[in-house]
Amino acid sequence: MRSACRLRSLSVGAQEAGHDVAATKYHGGGHEIIPSHPMNKNVVARGRSSVTDRDPATSLPALAKQIRLAILHGSKRANVGHIGSALSVTDILAALYGQVLRVPAPDDPQRDRFILSKGHAALALYAALRARDWIDDETLAGYCRDHTFAGVHPDHHLPGIDFSTGSLGQGLSFGAGAALAAKLSGADRRVYVLLSDAECNEGSVWESVMFAAQHRLSNLVAIVDVNGQQALDHTHRVLDLSPLESRWSAFGWQTHVVDGHDLEQLTATLTCDAASAAPHVVVARTVFGKGVSFMEGQIKWHYMSMNDDEYQLALEQVDR
Amino acid sequence: MRRAFIRTLVDLAEDDERILLLTGDLGYTVVEPFAERFPARFFNVGVAEQNMLGLATGLAESGFIPFVYSMTTFIVLRAYEFIRNGPVAHGLPVRIVGVGGGFEYASAGFTHFGVDDVGVMRVQPGLTIVAPADHEQAASALRATWRQEGPIYYRLGKDDVSTVPGLNGRFDPQRPQTLADGHELLILAMGAIARQAEEAVKQLAAAGHSVGLIVVDTVSPPPLERLRHALASVPVAMTVEAHYLVGGLGSLVSEVVAERGLPCRVVRCGVATMPVGRTGSEAYMAAQHGLSTEGLVASALRALNGPAEAGHYDS
Repeated sequence: MRSACRLRSLSVGAQEAGHDVAATKYHGGGHEIIPSHPMNKNVVARGRSSVTDRDPATSLPALAKQIRLAILHGSKRANVGHIGSALSVTDILAALYGQVLRVPAPDDPQRDRFILSKGHAALALYAALRARDWIDDETLAGYCRDHTFAGVHPDHHLPGIDFSTGSLGQGLSFGAGAALAAKLSGADRRVYVLLSDAECNEGSVWESVMFAAQHRLSNLVAIVDVNGQQALDHTHRVLDLSPLESRWSAFGWQTHVVDGHDLEQLTATLTCDAASAAPHVVVARTVFGKGVSFMEGQIKWHYMSMNDDEYQLALEQVDR
Repeated sequence: MRRAFIRTLVDLAEDDERILLLTGDLGYTVVEPFAERFPARFFNVGVAEQNMLGLATGLAESGFIPFVYSMTTFIVLRAYEFIRNGPVAHGLPVRIVGVGGGFEYASAGFTHFGVDDVGVMRVQPGLTIVAPADHEQAASALRATWRQEGPIYYRLGKDDVSTVPGLNGRFDPQRPQTLADGHELLILAMGAIARQAEEAVKQLAAAGHSVGLIVVDTVSPPPLERLRHALASVPVAMTVEAHYLVGGLGSLVSEVVAERGLPCRVVRCGVATMPVGRTGSEAYMAAQHGLSTEGLVASALRALNGPAEAGHYDS
């Protein structure tokens, strides 16, 4: 309780002082950090402008299909794996980028933040960024090519990538910091962090879990992609995480369990009440390799890439 | 140094509300002035250094200037990959404050020795490393650097009483501090051990030797031209640091000498063996590794009078 009051008291003080520290953009060109500018204080009332608003033909299922196809195209072209992991988060990303995230522009200081803590699913994220027009076809097509920005793991030099990730167990701490920053500034930004279930093997995840609960970071939403698999085996055979939702709730988080491929359920849950007293975790039950029958639940599609026949079959299954 | 640093930080925070202080549950009787003056901007994040660096990364991306505080070993080594992938990779203004360079927590044992922090931090591009030599310089170094872009590592000591004679708190990020000129030998010192180096220079001068002394307070980015200039005019340079011989000031000076092709021999004084096992006071530990004033004088005399000795890698 004390923490929540502390956060509120600073946010009032910051506004009275005519500053919104969060609006201060770090400036790489000079030798000093630019002081906050009072003009940056104005927070534009933000609705949920989204792909689907701009183009009603792009429904969330259509967006999800678009992302899946881009995963198959990109993976085949680059001969790079992580297909199963990308397909398992596709519907979560479609919900986020099609409807949930309030991001008028990727460099808007007041945007919601999204962190793909399971960075190895970056190809799915690139497809979502392409759907928002934040990256172009050339960037998406450059996946894993020389002299391009779209590598296997996301890099913040790419528009729309808030934080570089790739080493599991780091994204939630970045997100907790971003959520704390929003609270300190009295801003209504929300922060979404997408983790893998095996990522919860990392002790650092639980450091962040404890901090977020202690400081009642209700504007922080962790999404755990529970596909039950990790690089070498099924999660229950490596370090059994079940019951995952009870573990998070025992640490003080408000827990939501959803079907990670049900777009309506996802959007409804991901826009859950930010005014609650606790951070939120959405335990998303997913299928590894979702949408491609021969990949679903198969360990080998963590790293394998497709041969021509597999590629054709996968395309047919996703595009039907 | 740590109290002077926090007192200065309180002053700076009065005028800039972007400054936050996070601690990994350390700093008893040190961080209180900040915590009491700015309770809403102070966070004890618990014994969780990795998360602390991650939090600071998220805070800095949103425009804050977070200072994260712990002991050198915990904040640098435990959180190292978070430092690398967080503030370093993103070029964010996180200020990493590590207390206890060298053997300052001597009786606490090996887990508390800051003898490898500079080595691992120095390899990170864009990470400024500031190692003040005394508490007056810690305060002026903070004032001179806190607003600069990119991440900074401040390597602090515990001593808030002693000063390095002649330093008078001077700090210039572009210029190491020259405390004595000499043409026979140049001693370069990093951190609080500069006090022993200064005393050694005095004793050597009394014995009739012309020995120079430079305090290298900004280790990264190194003041290359100043170092080159100083090293070009002496036959022997002796580095002094409470740090492993590899990776710290001795390595830096050797790199400058080798890359610039200078006709200068480098003798490195530092921690040559793993300091496990027998323990004792800071003075005891320093002496065991040749870093007492007497040890430094002896090393300097060998460097001045004798032929080149076997190097670190010869043993």
